[in-house]
Amino acid sequence: MTSPLQQKIKITGPSVVTANRTTDGVVIYRTATNGWSTDLADAAIVREAEPARALLAAATADDVGAVGAYIAPVEIGADGAVAPGNLREKIRRDGVTIALPVRA
Amino acid sequence: MPLVKNGQIAADDFVAVADDAELPAAGPVLISATRLLADPERLVARNSPLGVVWPNNRDVAELKPWLDRLALIALVFPTYKDGRAHSQARRLREVYGYRGELRATGQVLRDQFTFLVRNGFDALDVKKEADAHAFREATHRYTEFYQPTGDGHRSALQLRRQRHLTSAS
Amino acid sequence: MYAYDEIDRAIVHERVDEFRDQVRRRLNGELTEDEFKPLRLMNGVYLQLHAYMFRVAIPYGTLSSEQLRKLAHVARTYDRGYGHFTTRQNIQFNWIALADLPDALAELAEVGIHAMQTSGNCTRNVTADQWAGVAPGEIEDPRVWAEILRQHTALHPEFSFLPRKFKFAITASDHDRAAIKIHDIGLKLVRNDAGETGFEVLVGGGLGRSPFIGRTIKSFVKGHDILSYIEAILRVYNQYGRRDNIYKARIKILVHELGIEKFAAEVEQAWSEIADGPLTLDDEMIEDIRSRFIYPAYEKLPAEPDELRAAAGDARFEAWRGNSVAPHRQDGYAIVTLSLKPAGGPPGDATAEQMDAVADLADKYSFGEIRVGHEQNLVLPHVAKRDLPALWAALDKLGLATPNVGLVSDIIACPGLDYCSLANARSIPIAQELSRRFANPETAALIGRLHINISGCINACGHHHVGHIGILGVEKNGEEFYQITIGGRADEGAELGVLIGPAVPYGEVADVIEDIVEAYLSLRQRPDELFVDAVKRLGVEPFKERVYATR
Repeated sequence: MTSPLQQKIKITGPSVVTANRTTDGVVIYRTATNGWSTDLADAAIVREAEPARALLAAATADDVGAVGAYIAPVEIGADGAVAPGNLREKIRRDGVTIALPVRA
Repeated sequence: MPLVKNGQIAADDFVAVADDAELPAAGPVLISATRLLADPERLVARNSPLGVVWPNNRDVAELKPWLDRLALIALVFPTYKDGRAHSQARRLREVYGYRGELRATGQVLRDQFTFLVRNGFDALDVKKEADAHAFREATHRYTEFYQPTGDGHRSALQLRRQRHLTSAS
Repeated sequence: MYAYDEIDRAIVHERVDEFRDQVRRRLNGELTEDEFKPLRLMNGVYLQLHAYMFRVAIPYGTLSSEQLRKLAHVARTYDRGYGHFTTRQNIQFNWIALADLPDALAELAEVGIHAMQTSGNCTRNVTADQWAGVAPGEIEDPRVWAEILRQHTALHPEFSFLPRKFKFAITASDHDRAAIKIHDIGLKLVRNDAGETGFEVLVGGGLGRSPFIGRTIKSFVKGHDILSYIEAILRVYNQYGRRDNIYKARIKILVHELGIEKFAAEVEQAWSEIADGPLTLDDEMIEDIRSRFIYPAYEKLPAEPDELRAAAGDARFEAWRGNSVAPHRQDGYAIVTLSLKPAGGPPGDATAEQMDAVADLADKYSFGEIRVGHEQNLVLPHVAKRDLPALWAALDKLGLATPNVGLVSDIIACPGLDYCSLANARSIPIAQELSRRFANPETAALIGRLHINISGCINACGHHHVGHIGILGVEKNGEEFYQITIGGRADEGAELGVLIGPAVPYGEVADVIEDIVEAYLSLRQRPDELFVDAVKRLGVEPFKERVYATR
């Protein structure tokens, strides 16, 4: 398999690096301070291929803490708020779009 | 890459010789399948132990005429997820009766040791030092096996057959 | 059901210990994710969008009440209080933490349940007719053979790293409820002219990106030879199956590229090397396995008990009985299907409370036994007919008596984009909307047998190719679209559905399906001409016209 770092990085707009936490699979985002956060608002935003590659490389290097890091698109609102850039990422952040079978 | 042979970390007596390199006058050598098949009669007649690295996409039946003259067959796991050499090993041991050293090479990791030993490998070219030291633990994790292979264990079906006969008599 | 002996128990417990050690090494960095992934997959652990998903095997769909209670316990203790029954007689938990998995497995092992090889490029859970052992007219109980196969394929030293996943299904009935023709190996128990039991062996069926219906590779293999013959098939596949392209790695592609005759010849050659070896079964081995299956002590009961006659006046009970109750091989007993497809619900989900309650009902009414079918419903396989009214009342309270088994709202669906990292589009909300549209039991009964299958991507976990109506989610420019096929079927007459036209957007799927169903109602020759038969007679054109004329 080609490592994500060897693949061509093409980004068309603001993006973040996201992964799942190794211990429990929870969705995490790479922060500007070389850490991870479960809050998309904390994510480091990249807009060009080179910084994206660097952010992804640092994220991928943390093989113990995170699984399957990749670059995901985001949208930045007029107020600067960061939102997921597609449905898949929206579901990853907000959870399933259906009611769970159990009453919480 | 430590070599684990018959359960012990051991020195590798075989010298791998490239196809275009001269064979040493004496001493155990490990050559490629291509080199072996180019001139098998002369090579197996050498007075020193001969080993061959056999690729995982070539039928091991081709080796049949030379099996009792080979001291080592090294099978290849380019990644441990490529399981072709497992089948090659069982055919060499159980169908063609090969009795020389059968060595696993490539990405050989602790979590496959039990399978490898069950399939007839008696030498493992282990990728990680720590895994080599864990050989005993890794190969004693299981005490029962469903499938009969050439490893000498009695399979579950064979044990149960015995049990069924005993309880019936 | 099969009761583990000390050998089975040892293997399952040793497997848990091994995985505990592997998880420990993963969490402390000794194992990289690349090294760990195949190991976790072979213990049923996927990484999905939000969390790890844990898939537990229910071999040949048979569960004891004690086992079902333990699944409920796992759902409650380690997950979010529910589980999802799959099209391959597994159950999935969607929210489990990696660090908790060894404990969950250890608890399951206590009652003889494992998650071995529920994923990964290895031999998967062996599935069977969910009515095995109780359906009238079977050759014999196929679960005995399914158990022999389960054991033989569990932790197989040679076949744990195949080119791709490998699935077996087995039936002993003429009517195929196990979808054997869409499996890598399908087995049908048959008897030859000499009265010997054996198998018709099919190979190379499968869905996914390149769907194929399985072909018969050998019309009769003696029962005693089945393990060696299957070993030969797997050995040929392990050696020659493609490993260069994940989409071409299933055995169906090898069979297709070589042709069934050439493939069969390769298998014969491999078989000649191992036939009559240690894999040959003898009667004692088979009998030992058979003797560990526990069969109920049925009573002699009337075929038409008073209780049934008394309840016949209740229209809701009668609708349920007519729909969800099937004949049993034993007089006075019935097979009862419990629909996990309530209107508006996610198909195949059950809460821990429902699982516990079903376990109690199984103890009370079904000799403690439950079955899971590939249609994602549960079954109580041995219900005395006199108990049907009381059972119905209890199921109704639990929301498990929707009388829609085999009908349009009995939808098979994969988890889709709500959970799955492979999905391109959502499946569950589509199923929910359709089940609401067709919620009226009279309408559903009028439409008759109609299977809708939904997959959220081309991997086809919802078996969309073989749905009478198949719905496949695709992604187009960031939007969810759905391709619709019609005319597929998964039974003994298995066929792949035909695409009716361009994909439709998320919001229009339910309308399109309603149009197709309305077209069928106006086109069918008689009320008993099933949807799938009408499609066979008419082709897709009239349906296509109806759907796209106004769109």
